[in-house]
Amino acid sequence: MISDWTLWLEWLIKSLVMIFALLGGFIFLTYFERRALARMQTRIGPNRAGPFGLFQPFADAIKLIFKEEFTPIHADKIVFFLAPILTVVPSLIIAAVIPIAPTTELFGRTISFAVADINVGILYLMSIASISVYGIVLAGWSSNNKYAMLGGLRSSAQMISYELALGFCFVMVILLGNSMSLNEIVVAQKDMWFAVIQPTGAILFFIVVLAEVNRAPFDMPEAEQELTAGFHSEYSGMKFSLFFMAEYQKMIVVSMITAVLFFGGYRELWFMTDWFNGALSVDRFWFLGPVYLLIKVVILLFVMIWTRATWPRIRYDRLMSFGWKVLLPLSLALVFITAVGIVLADVLKSVLYFWSIPVVSIMLGLFAVAVVQWSLRSKFHGRS
Amino acid sequence: MTIDLLLFLTLALVAVATALGMVTSKNTVYSALFLVLNFATVAVFYILLGAPFIAMSQITVYAGAIMVLFLFVIMLLGTERLNSANILPWQRPLAIILAVILTVEAGYLLIFKSNPTAMVNAPDASINTIGSLQSLGMALFTDYLLPFEATSILLLVAMVGAIILSKQDKNEKGGAK
Amino acid sequence: MLEYVAIALMIVVSTFVALSAIGMGELLGPKKKSKAKDVPYESGMLPYGEGTRRIPVRFYLIAVLFILFDIEVIFFLPWAVVFRQLRIFGLIEMAVFIGILLVGYAYAWKKGALEWE
Repeated sequence: MISDWTLWLEWLIKSLVMIFALLGGFIFLTYFERRALARMQTRIGPNRAGPFGLFQPFADAIKLIFKEEFTPIHADKIVFFLAPILTVVPSLIIAAVIPIAPTTELFGRTISFAVADINVGILYLMSIASISVYGIVLAGWSSNNKYAMLGGLRSSAQMISYELALGFCFVMVILLGNSMSLNEIVVAQKDMWFAVIQPTGAILFFIVVLAEVNRAPFDMPEAEQELTAGFHSEYSGMKFSLFFMAEYQKMIVVSMITAVLFFGGYRELWFMTDWFNGALSVDRFWFLGPVYLLIKVVILLFVMIWTRATWPRIRYDRLMSFGWKVLLPLSLALVFITAVGIVLADVLKSVLYFWSIPVVSIMLGLFAVAVVQWSLRSKFHGRS
Repeated sequence: MTIDLLLFLTLALVAVATALGMVTSKNTVYSALFLVLNFATVAVFYILLGAPFIAMSQITVYAGAIMVLFLFVIMLLGTERLNSANILPWQRPLAIILAVILTVEAGYLLIFKSNPTAMVNAPDASINTIGSLQSLGMALFTDYLLPFEATSILLLVAMVGAIILSKQDKNEKGGAK
Repeated sequence: MLEYVAIALMIVVSTFVALSAIGMGELLGPKKKSKAKDVPYESGMLPYGEGTRRIPVRFYLIAVLFILFDIEVIFFLPWAVVFRQLRIFGLIEMAVFIGILLVGYAYAWKKGALEWE
């Protein structure tokens, strides 16, 4: 089997397509973010290079390539070189398990539209997420710069704290989808998105991934006012652009993961399956899958940018407390609500009980919001 | 068959090399990184043996969580560069004796007790289906229920221990005030 | 198992992409060495002392708590996969497991281990 060259060709094509899709996505995401942010701040944004400033990312790339690179004195040269690579590679390979279209018969063979449709897909996401801490902590350590060190440590502590709630969100999805394979999870959302069944879980997951990819309002490592540029203060030229690339690729990848886990992935809206005799369904035309996924990803990315424009950065101690004291217990409670709902529907033989999951979770989510609000207010007044 | 053997030997070589690198590095951060690589190689072994769940858990827990702790501890102690003057006097002879014992033991097991080819052969590919994950879960939550519940007590003890260790001085300070 | 070969291939390709990006920068960027350029940037102040210094103990505490809860999450994953077979039994055994750990969580909260002061 392993000597079958067509199989190797298929893998190579799939990984190249995925990697170049992410690279291209990164290029246009920087443009999209700058334009969208500018619009929200009543500015114009980049509009000089090419029509509507569309060539701006390419101009930036060319500028970065021709920049000089520095390595600070007493920096650990080897680790300093490795850190950007260790940041970029996980941000690319985490996409390996994400399906972008249903498994289809093409060219006389069964092709699954994920680089690797493995049965422990969710665990793979978790393990790569836990690996991606290294690039940041090592970049901070090797720079021989106090700001970089602090930024790297802060962001790694933040990432590991929020990874727990991330894990519990994965557990919710596995409970609902009854599988760890991402493709099967998407298929399980054929009749109903998990975001509808577990709305609080979906919102919580989105908050957690914002923290995982160090986006506003959780962009601690890049708290410019306090830490210059955080863990990549000392990086310049292409090494800096690798960090930049990793950040934006992670944004795209986590949007894809959110779409797959909670918003039906490559599937159309659940009630659209029968429209026009199924002409809009991915079951009939597989190539609609990437289109639907792209639409969902763009919407989620827009929400991320919107969040950045709207929310001020959270103070670091509050950020850690929020992760450990709010998100962790809340996500655990949501796991149990989901489990109880499934058991009730199963034992009492009525789907009606299944709908206790969204009702109770929304109530719990509102309760959590109220508690946070109350605690913030009492802290504000009681601060000595 | 030959591909499996070749893959196994290459990976074994990488595993041994990273382990040696970990032991011989003067810089403890490098040691930690070599250990991460070693854990990753072991995870690949698990995949070759048809146990992807164990492999991914290995990466998540060992390479992800425990090594981050190690890195933090190295930076906490400020011992990135090892000082060879700090080695205990009896450390070296003891290490050599223990290493010899371990080598003899491993050699004995390898030569007399086992069939080396059985280690190389990966189990049947059919084990790598969703069934294997489910059977693992069922075994863990029915047959091995007691060890599973006991794990939680172990984790509890570790948690309490860590908190006592790192929070103690603060209370004493508070008491002194 | 073959799918993992595809992941390995993707790791190789993405490492190649990263290396070639750095290589391109090294090749095309100017190289004019000077002492002032190599000094770490600390907002215009001349840096004193080591750049890497000993870090506070709270990072250690966060990392330990993370490991413990991470192992817990790992146990949750196979549980979630077989939950529909275990049903109420599964719910109870996981509640016991998590109940014991919640004692530790409550202890950590009370001791202020979750505070970041």
